[in-house]
Amino acid sequence: MGRHNFGYFFHEGLSNMFSHGFMTFAAIGITVACLLIMGTFTLVAVNANSLLQELENENEMLAFVEEDFENAKSLQKELEAISNVESVVFISRQEAMERFLEQYPDEEMFQDLDPNILRDRFSIRVTDLEYLSQTKAAVEDVDGIAYANAAEEVAGGFITIRNVASVVCIALIAILFVVSVFIISNTIRLTTFDRREEIAIMRMVGATNGFIRWPFVYEGFMLGLLGAAIAFLFQWGLYEAVAKGVSSNDALQLIEVIPFQELRTPVAAVFGSAGVLIGVGGSLSAIRKYLLV
Amino acid sequence: MVESESAIIELRDVEMEYDNGTKAVRGITLRIKPGEFVFLVGPSGSGKSTIIKLLTGEVEPSAGRVRVNGFSTRNISERQIPLMRRTLGVIFQDFRLIEKKTVYDNLAFVMRAVGASARESRQRIPYVLELVGLEEKASHYPTELSGGEQQRVAIARALVNNPDTIIADEPTGNLDPERSMELMELLVKINELGTTMVVVTHEKDLVDHFGKRVVTIDSGRIINDSIGGYVGGHIHG
Repeated sequence: MGRHNFGYFFHEGLSNMFSHGFMTFAAIGITVACLLIMGTFTLVAVNANSLLQELENENEMLAFVEEDFENAKSLQKELEAISNVESVVFISRQEAMERFLEQYPDEEMFQDLDPNILRDRFSIRVTDLEYLSQTKAAVEDVDGIAYANAAEEVAGGFITIRNVASVVCIALIAILFVVSVFIISNTIRLTTFDRREEIAIMRMVGATNGFIRWPFVYEGFMLGLLGAAIAFLFQWGLYEAVAKGVSSNDALQLIEVIPFQELRTPVAAVFGSAGVLIGVGGSLSAIRKYLLV
Repeated sequence: MVESESAIIELRDVEMEYDNGTKAVRGITLRIKPGEFVFLVGPSGSGKSTIIKLLTGEVEPSAGRVRVNGFSTRNISERQIPLMRRTLGVIFQDFRLIEKKTVYDNLAFVMRAVGASARESRQRIPYVLELVGLEEKASHYPTELSGGEQQRVAIARALVNNPDTIIADEPTGNLDPERSMELMELLVKINELGTTMVVVTHEKDLVDHFGKRVVTIDSGRIINDSIGGYVGGHIHG
């Protein structure tokens, strides 16, 4: 057979789906459930990551200028040139004193303090918290900088949380993916078992393995895609409901949920690809043993 | 490809030992010429089914050589097996029709499996159904037919891809004597049109009636190969 008989294989795949209604329903249901669990977990991880990113951005390093250094502001460019430095803001003694007093408005004993007891300083934000220590050392190496303060332990905590979340997320997604392929494979295996006589006859009359395999691949493709479409709609509804719940809850108001509109395209693409991969992978694994001789 | 032009099927010193140690075939040599009609007879467990499996490429011989319609089934590549099977038509005792498909669709399905178009099917199937006397039953489902009619559908299916050889494994096993005789007459008629026919059977009356070449197998060996009728002990089926 030279050309790919798309119409015939599509028709066979589709009629397989209808003639095994319950198994089709089960396969789609399982795909939807697996994608929904994977999707929900991933979206939680994406939001947590975004939240962590925001918290990371709040984490600033303070670099204090040597007391007798003239023209402290001139150090800004040098500090900005250090790698992993995202932004540098100069804070003069006067501004530092004002901020200090803002924190203790009722403490009269602080009101008459001379700003000269404080140092000029730079508020520095880094691009990647993982390299905070190295960046801190580079900042301290700048002539005119006396020392720098950085909450390295807090940064370490953020990194650990992010790394653990990533590993758990990847592991869970991998496990759920394998489970989905296994279940779909078994579901399609039942339909192939039901049609083993037909497959045996096809083999006996000289049908190629490709000819026997393609209708099942199309069936898996359609099951996966349909499952992905349904899972996507459920995911959308679920996400919007949770986002609404979070924003209307006083205790959770500080958490900013990423709008689904921003995630729609990647979620649809990932669901579609995963659904097709699960469906086709499941079909190929199910049909394999019938094509041995 | 055919080494010996006079033989369409050739087994030479064939041995077949299964993985469990059972020796089903012990040094069989057999040649069947194009257009021949051969009965393969012998008791249960004599090795008849294994010979069928060797001919259809379901198993490879442990030793010796099997050539079918120009293909050597020893070390045959996976891609060549479907091509070899397209030169064969196989008929089973239990018909093996697809119940969900009509008679026409049972035939169209095997034509489609070897790459025929719907148009080719429309041209070929009515001719084959007429040949087996079922032109009126094209739209019936197998369950609506008698045993004899179902077996004739199976014969039509074996014929539809115009094979060089038809192998029938106990084709009358599920039929009464009258239907068995009719069916065998049909196979003889098809043979007379040029198709080589290998029929495995245990029905002594039929074998004797048609006076064709009879190869008798026992304990994996050919114990008799003669024209005219069964020679030897009982055929136990």
